[in-house]
Amino acid sequence: MDKKYFFVWEPEKLKQNQMYNAFSKVINEKNLQEKAEVIKSLFLGLTADTPVVKIMPEGNIYKGFAESDVETIIDNALNGKTSKFTCECGNKNSKVPEADPQSKQFKIVLRNAGYINPESIEDYIMRGGYSAVEKAVFSMTPDSLIAEVKASGLRGRGGAGFPTGLKWELTRREKDPVKYVICNADEGDPGAYMDRSIMEGDPHNLIEGMILGGYAIGSSQGFIYIRAEYPLAIERLEKALTAAREKGLLGKNILGSDFSFDIELRWGAGAFVCGEETALIASVEGKRGNPRPRPPFPSVSGLWNKPTFINNVETWANIPVIVEKGGAWFATIGTEKSKGTKVFAVTGKVKNPGLVEVPMGTTIREIVFDICGGINNGKKYKAVQTGGPSGGVIPEKFLDMQVDYETLQSIGSIMGSGGLIVMDEDDCMVDVNKFYLQFSVDESCGKCAPCRIGGKQILEILEKITKGNGEEKDVEKIKSIAMAMQKASLCALGQTTPNPVMSSLMYFEDEYMQHIKGKKCSTGKCKDLVSYTIISDKCIGCGLCAQRCPVTCISGEKRKPYLIDQSKCIKCGECYAVCKFNAVSRG
Amino acid sequence: MAISGKVVELDSKLVSFIDTWKGRPGSEIMILHKVQEVYGYVPREVAMEISREIGIPLAKIYGIITFYHLFKLKKPGKNQISVCMGTACYLKGGNDLITEIEQLLGVGVNSTSSDGLFSLELVRCVGCCGLAPVMVINGKTYGNLKKNMLPEIFAEYRNKEEGKANG
Ligand SMILES: Cc1cc2nc3c(=O)[nH]c(=O)nc-3n(C[C@H](O)[C@H](O)[C@H](O)COP(=O)(O)O)c2cc1C
Ligand code: SF4
Ligand code: SF4
Ligand code: SF4
Ligand code: FES
Ligand code: FES
Repeated sequence: MDKKYFFVWEPEKLKQNQMYNAFSKVINEKNLQEKAEVIKSLFLGLTADTPVVKIMPEGNIYKGFAESDVETIIDNALNGKTSKFTCECGNKNSKVPEADPQSKQFKIVLRNAGYINPESIEDYIMRGGYSAVEKAVFSMTPDSLIAEVKASGLRGRGGAGFPTGLKWELTRREKDPVKYVICNADEGDPGAYMDRSIMEGDPHNLIEGMILGGYAIGSSQGFIYIRAEYPLAIERLEKALTAAREKGLLGKNILGSDFSFDIELRWGAGAFVCGEETALIASVEGKRGNPRPRPPFPSVSGLWNKPTFINNVETWANIPVIVEKGGAWFATIGTEKSKGTKVFAVTGKVKNPGLVEVPMGTTIREIVFDICGGINNGKKYKAVQTGGPSGGVIPEKFLDMQVDYETLQSIGSIMGSGGLIVMDEDDCMVDVNKFYLQFSVDESCGKCAPCRIGGKQILEILEKITKGNGEEKDVEKIKSIAMAMQKASLCALGQTTPNPVMSSLMYFEDEYMQHIKGKKCSTGKCKDLVSYTIISDKCIGCGLCAQRCPVTCISGEKRKPYLIDQSKCIKCGECYAVCKFNAVSRG
Repeated sequence: MAISGKVVELDSKLVSFIDTWKGRPGSEIMILHKVQEVYGYVPREVAMEISREIGIPLAKIYGIITFYHLFKLKKPGKNQISVCMGTACYLKGGNDLITEIEQLLGVGVNSTSSDGLFSLELVRCVGCCGLAPVMVINGKTYGNLKKNMLPEIFAEYRNKEEGKANG
């Protein structure tokens, strides 16, 4: 039968263990050891000046009772009844993330960030922190915990969207007594900082998630693989780990149970490919971060050849709430196949760049225009890129599409880890894709030919196009190289390198053609394809452009049309930007 | 090949760090980070000494150093300028910043100015994309940068250096 656990918390200034002893006494005298157990609680997530008891698994919290009431409380609990000492503050304090209809945001992962002192474990506990560990360790079996995570529908936030509960179950099934859990905090997408904000703003949330993961698969050691470029996050995590050890939340016999678990940090060293899980494992082992073929999958043979599972920081940060509030609750948020929320780092040409957390299914229009204030400087929206160098663009026609894993994939992009880059009419698609390709080429580990050579070839074609030497057959060439890379690359880096180009070709092929056939770049970003001239009819001869030109190649007399010396012009666009009379043309 | 005789005396902070990590699996990268924190790069003698201390072939250590972008084999300038080349910074004109810095300081990417005061490198997203374009000097972040803000910033570091030389 279900055993009841009585977590007794007593303020330090009162006589030590008075209530704890009272509970023990009743349980022993009435021979209830099989049905009831009393545990000294370090905290219950509340501030109180009198003793408090929380009864698990129900979670009822009582306060304001006397020693003589203890027997009744125990009897009631064992008979499925409640007692009259209900404590209201406990309910207020437990973490109840809520939708905010006004802001359209819904904070689960970021519920504490910015509201608590990230260096204080007490602050985290005060907001209900670590109560999920307490609940899991004393009232849930590993299988029931995994069942909650499965029921929640949570999918990996690191990019691929693999169902988290299933991954845990596969690792749990392995017979090996030694298993590892890893947090992927390599955050490689250049232009995204969701994970950094979680680690800096609420490090205990991540740690609590990992403890729960360790309990679920029966692991006693976790690792956080973190970018060395995030020194503050490293410092906060180290402090948080120490504080958690002091409270008995990490280490041997967590909270007095027979579950032991600890976490260590391992630093990355600036290699994007180490975000890929087999490369990450090699790097934690202290080696060069080359990916290896799968299978075997890490769930079978991972770190030091032991069963291992890896989850992203944001994935981990969802776990405590799921355990606390139940998988069914979590599954009410989001869309049919994508549950919960997603954190996006919205950057680029947007008025209020920043982090937003929205339910899955929120549209790009809501994110970019309603939450982040729209495009900067009154410019026109061109596209949003999700998934960074492995993702794709979302053009204007999809602004009202509900964003989730499936819809993004259906239009040729991916959810990615949460980078959301806003581009306006001044951004050139060919130029931006040259940037992404350059990134992937720089970061290719070089182990396999399709990625190493294919990436360079596409980059060279794009360079040729932006220099005005593009040919019509280049587009076909890009597509066939892309196909080869997608099919034959060893790891997802090579397989996804062509994604951004392919996606932009899908929606902006005419812009490529304008570069190739018309030898024009209408945004002026491709300097070899643009020239600046002064329209003499419109120029009033104010001289402002001449003052601003960095190479002083504009000359003229006041009140007469000015002239640009094309042989010296470096095409910086300054004159175009400053002329108040639209007298400078770009073409 | 592991190295047998002592090559160089290591910094004491490094020695105690190695002592806590020696024998723990997967310690190589952590130790190299410490080396770089202490010396600013990975000097060859130190790499050799580490190889001897933890019993790992020098070739393997160099294999690691050359794989990871953060490890440096050359001594950097006194002030290290890192310009962000992440997507947000690129869109907001990170490229123009680099051109400007190259002109202002006479230093190319991944090299050090002739007076040894500045070295310039590109980094991928330092995680403050909201402030794009971003540059980091010795760990201090400068955001929302415009080209015309640069001379003043560099002058500050120059003055500090002169202050040290004179004081
Ligand atoms: C080249 C490459 C880079 C990646 N970078 C990251 C990363 O920075 N952070 C991350 O969490 N996942 C990254 N991933 C995805 C991971 O391999 C892995 O799928 C993920 O960490 C699994 O966790 P999740 O199921 O919680 O998403 C990357 C994958 C590839 C192929
Ligand atoms: S696809 Fe690219 S990154 Fe992946 S193993 Fe091959 S060369 Fe390395
Ligand atoms: S700023 Fe415009 S109007 Fe004034 S001189 Fe230049 S082109 Fe002519
Ligand atoms: S584009 Fe730049 S360099 Fe050319 S004329 Fe205008 S201001 Fe001068
Ligand atoms: S980079 Fe070209 S439209 Fe330009
Ligand atoms: S892109 Fe420069 S800080 Fe992120």
